[in-house]
Formats: sequence, C-alpha cells, structure tokens
Amino acid sequence: MHEFQERARTLVRSATLSYDQKLRQLAALATEALPSPELSPACAEALEKRVICDMFEGHAPFTARYILPDYEKAIRNGLAYLEMPAPTNLADALNFLQVMYANVPSVTTYPVYLGDLDKVLAPFVTDDISDDELDATLRRFWIAIDRTLPDAFVHLDIGPADSRIARAVFRVERSLRQSVPNITLKVDPLITPDSLVEDGVRTVFETGKPHFVNHPMMVGDHGEHYAAVSCYNSLKIGGGAHTLVRLNLKEAALRHQGSADEFLTTTLAHYVELTAELAEARIRSLVEDQHFFDTHWLAQEGLIDIHRFSAMFGIFGLAECVNLLMHHDAQPGEPDHRYGHDDLADAFSQRVVQQVADLVSTRPLPYCDGGGGYAYLHSQSGIDLDHDVTAGTRIPVGDEPDLLHHLTTCAPHHQYFASGISDIFHMDETAARNPQAIVDIIRGSFHEGMRDFTFNLDNNEFVRITGYLVRKSDLAAIAATGAARHGSDHLAAGSENSFHLTQRAVKRIGRGE
Amino acid sequence: MTGFLADTITFSNVDGPGNRFVVFLQGCNFDCIACHNPQTIPLARSDHFRTRVADLLPRIRRAAPFLSGITVSGGEATLQPEFLHELFTAVKADRNLTRLTCFIDSNGAADEATWRRLAPVTDGTMIDLKCLDPEIHLRMTGQSNEPVLRSIELLHSLGLLYEVRLLLISGVNDDPGLLRRTGDWLATVDPAMRVKVIGFRRHGARPHDPELAEPVHEQLVVAATALQVADFDICLV
Repeated sequence: MHEFQERARTLVRSATLSYDQKLRQLAALATEALPSPELSPACAEALEKRVICDMFEGHAPFTARYILPDYEKAIRNGLAYLEMPAPTNLADALNFLQVMYANVPSVTTYPVYLGDLDKVLAPFVTDDISDDELDATLRRFWIAIDRTLPDAFVHLDIGPADSRIARAVFRVERSLRQSVPNITLKVDPLITPDSLVEDGVRTVFETGKPHFVNHPMMVGDHGEHYAAVSCYNSLKIGGGAHTLVRLNLKEAALRHQGSADEFLTTTLAHYVELTAELAEARIRSLVEDQHFFDTHWLAQEGLIDIHRFSAMFGIFGLAECVNLLMHHDAQPGEPDHRYGHDDLADAFSQRVVQQVADLVSTRPLPYCDGGGGYAYLHSQSGIDLDHDVTAGTRIPVGDEPDLLHHLTTCAPHHQYFASGISDIFHMDETAARNPQAIVDIIRGSFHEGMRDFTFNLDNNEFVRITGYLVRKSDLAAIAATGAARHGSDHLAAGSENSFHLTQRAVKRIGRGE
Repeated sequence: MTGFLADTITFSNVDGPGNRFVVFLQGCNFDCIACHNPQTIPLARSDHFRTRVADLLPRIRRAAPFLSGITVSGGEATLQPEFLHELFTAVKADRNLTRLTCFIDSNGAADEATWRRLAPVTDGTMIDLKCLDPEIHLRMTGQSNEPVLRSIELLHSLGLLYEVRLLLISGVNDDPGLLRRTGDWLATVDPAMRVKVIGFRRHGARPHDPELAEPVHEQLVVAATALQVADFDICLV
C-alpha cells in the first residue's frame, strides 16, 4: 500500500504532467489495486521476465484495446445514447463526429480510429462546397482533434479511391503540420492513381504521414470493411482487438537449449502457448468479468459487434532470434549467418514466422470470431521499453543492406501478419525532389507482397517512433522541461533513448550530386 | 555484346524520372575539372569492366517492380552506342521489363548519327551543358561545346530531351551575364525546358590548386534567377 501511495502522490504532484495526463495515469494506477487475471505459474513467470508482455494494459481491462466504431452507420442512423440525430450537412457531420470521438474508449483512453473520413463525409461534400471552403472547414476540425485528442495513436484512413476529401486531407496536413491525427492511405494498385500516392508521398515529406497499406492484401484477410488504426494495426470496422500480447523472440531464443530446428517445435511452441494463455485470460476478464460488450453503448447501438473482434498476437526481436540461433548452430570457425545478409538466415527467419503463424492459427481463443476464432498475427515497431531488440521483420539498425535487398527480405514475411506490421524505412532527402521515385518503391513493395509501407525522410521535423509521430522540437522540449502536451510524446522520449531511432541508418537510393 | 562498366546502382532517385536502375559505363571523352567520378574517365578495356547485356538483365529484373526505368550514365554512355542499343532493345523486348523507360545521361558530345541510331530505343536524355562560352567550356572539359549545343537542338527536335543540366562552379561558369545568354540560347531551343542547376561539390572530385569553389545555395538562387529568361522548369540541387 505504501508503494501505491507513493506512486499516486508522485503523479498528483508532478510538475510536468498536465491535469488530464494525471487523471488518466491515476485511473491506470487504480486498476493495479485489483488482482490481475489468473495465470499458470509458467505464464506468470514468462510475463514477469518479460519474455511475453501484456503492454501494460492494466490488471482489469475495462475497455477493448482497439475499437473501430462503424462511423458510417452512426452517421446514417444517429446516436440514441448521445442524443445526436443523423447529420444532414458537413458542419453538422463534423460536429457529430467530434461528439462521438469524445465518447469512444480505447486502451489509450482516446479513440484510436476516427473513421475512413473520405467515405464517412462523402454524402456531405457536395459540389456547392468549394475546395477553399472544404479546406477551411477541415482545418478547424483538424485543430480541434489535435487539441482535444492529444495522442498520436488517434488515427484516420482514406483511400483507396481518389476523392476531393482525400486531396483536402493532404492539403490540410501539409499546411498544419500536426502530429495528430495519424493517417493511413489505403492503396490499391488498380484503383489508386499514382497522383494520389504521390500526393501522400509529398505529405510524408512535410509531416511524416500518411502510412501506406496494401489494400487488396488487407481485404483478403479482413474483407472490405477494415481500417488501419493506432500505430498501424489493421482490424475490422465495427470490431477491433480485445488485447495485444507480445512474444519477445530474442528472449525465447536465449532460453533455448539445442538446435535451431528444435527451437521451432519446442521452445517457440512453448512460449507461443504461454502468450496465448495470457491473451485468453485478458479476453475473459474483459468480456466475462467486466462485461464490456454487455454494457457499452457502442455495442448496444450496434456500432461495434463482439463477433468482429479478435486479439492481436505480436512478435518482435525476430532478427536477434535468428542471429542467436544461427550462431549457436554454426560450426567452430564458421562465419555467422546474419539475418538480412545470408540466405540461410533469411530462410530460417521465414520458417520462424511461419511456425508462429501456424501455431497461432491453430490455438483457439474465446470471443475471437473476427479472426475466425483465432488471434491475428501482428508485429509493430518497438515500444519505449524494448532494448536491443529489432521491431517487425526489419534488419537491425545500422546493419541494413541496400534498400532493394532490405525490402525483398522483409516482404515475404508480411503475408502472415493480418493485423499489420510496421517496418519503417528511411529515405535519402534527395527523394524530396523526386517523389515519383518513392511512389515506384511503394508500388514495387506491394507487388512483392509487403502489407504495410512506412517511410521517413531524413531531415524531417517529424520522427516516426513506432506507428506514431512526434515532432523533433517536442522531443527537445521534453529533454529541456520534461513536459509535453501530447501523451505520446512522453513515450517517444523513452523510445528515442532506447533505440536512437532518429539515428536509423539512412539507405541512400542514389548517389549524391 | 559486352560493355565496359564502371558500376551499377539498383535504386537511384537522381538520374531521371522516378526510381531508376543506373548503369555507369567506363570511359569518357571529356576530362572535366569538376568530374565527381574521375575514376570512370579512362577508357579502360580490361576484363575487369567487361559485362554482357545478358548478365545485366537478371539484375534489372530483380529491381524492376520498384522502378520507373533504367538510365545509362558514365563515364560517357554514348561512347559505347552498340552496347546501349542492345541493352535498351533487350529491355523493351523483355515481357517483365518492357514498361521501363530507357534514359541516357550524357555529356552531349555524340554526333548526329549516334543519336539517330539510338533514338528508336531511347525514351529520354539528360544532357550536361558545362558552359555556353566556347573558351570556358574548353578550359572546363578539354573539348569544344559545339557538338553539345547541336545535340541539345537535335534531341529536342526528336522529342528526347528530358533535361539539361548546368554544373556551376563559383567564379568559373556562374557569371550572371553568361547565364542570361545561356538562358536566351536554351529558350530558342525550348522555352519550357526542364533545367537542373547543380552546385559543384568537391566531394569525389580531383584536387586542384587553387581548389575549385563550391557555390552556396544563395549563389545558385542568383544563378537560377539570371537563367530564368523564359518559362523554364528550374530545379536547384
């Protein structure tokens, strides 16, 4: 109790957290007074040693982690709980959405999905509204979102079809340069024109957004009604993810005795099961103990449906896992087989991912109908606590081969990660004068089977930490004062210290002139 | 058919439109004081540089989904016109490569017959104009600029001039009056020409005594302003 009081006191007396940040962190602290869902001793130990992790979702989850309300349906039918009739014009529609956003929960306490804005607003953007009016209206909306939902996991989607709204979104983004909202452009090679992708690329040069997803591949896994949310997690609209649990493959490999082949069927299988156990305990707590879906208005009004939910099963540290096991298998004196630099290591890495995918897709989980009764495989960039572990299927920072090699090494893994994988690539600043070059690389990557494509331009004010953005100037302010208006900026400061993400090797895609 | 290659780059965003696979041929007929790849100047004909078109194609195929096209640079690309012709013909004949555009990055010294030979398989060219003034050009390159000016006119008339490049060295070829005359002349060829103004960088170039001066960005802006006598699409690098 004494420690609990100390932590609460530190929060309430903090000089750097805002009032709102204190309130939310105090709420998170309070659930720690409750017992966590019951786990087997092996699972509890793996959790404590951080071989597996629960992303600090709290001991008693009382919201699903990621929720994707069906905003199109809401706007069509109106909201009974919030006493909002269906809007009939653009101003009312934006007001309607703002009211709704304030009442959509998630693990971050802010909504992680704001809708597929081009589709949601399409009925209201009529020909009599000029582009200038549309831009001015969206600018006000953007400013309100950034100031009232100060969290870079707040995310909206546009595409794959071209539209006046999609173009306006990019213009507004470039003019405001805010870190919120986060944005995804859905790209379908047959539907999305190069000029829209290029507009997106030019917007990345200014703001680090959008993220690009391979639309046909996502539709193949989730159907048309999906969206990328939070830090690039692709889930069903009207559904979401109860929880995200992660397996640290490097830590699993460190605990393995025996050959690389044996790892797949013994140690890996063991930890996949413990990770699934953790997911199951958390899902049951949310659904059966806290009765989230029986009590929340979004479910009662049919804007979310438990049958469109599943859990996310994350992995990270793939590169380190492969390198450790390859090193262990090598004959004395034989050079190391390193992931990203060696065919044997690359092939083994694909076997690891495929094995995890096979195990996850045969381990039933309750209330996961969205995934056909199983969890979605996922891999995001590192969080602020991951040390010396590489995110996604990326090749470790500083050890990257040329970009073509890097892309073609990562791409074959992406098919397995239905709920998304954020491999972030750095581009040389010369690309700023030739955005078509990046459009070419995005199209090529999707052609080669990449699911998600994210890039940063060197010398950009915006830094992409995992799937969210911070401004370098905000990081500098934290270093100087300890305070930040966006909650995600605090996470980013931790990531920068762990990963030196702003120093990721830039792979030149061209000689300097 | 074999060519003499200095190097290849799988991805380049500075050698023509979009992302491009670039082949650098070995050997150049200019000896530019500002050359940033001077090791590619000698006409080395050793096996070390020898590469067949058939060896190059699999490497281009691997990168192809990520490309707008290929560019052959140098050295001087047009010194090996038959290799260029065979490479471009092979790219256009390959089902997986046929959508790629084939560009040449050249010093512009090739004669009319060479350009006409290459034109049917070429989609665009980028020509360096070191200087409009014949004497300064001779000092900068060791060669006359007369063939370069004729090439620029010819390639424009063939619809194959993608871009003219001006490499500026402080105090050598950046006199505003000279640049105005250069603009006037380029405008007679194409008043909407795409012009890339590149500031000389010492990195990679041979040492000189005294050292050649790198223009600062403000000098490039002044140069571009002097040059802009028509409706050029000017890009500063």
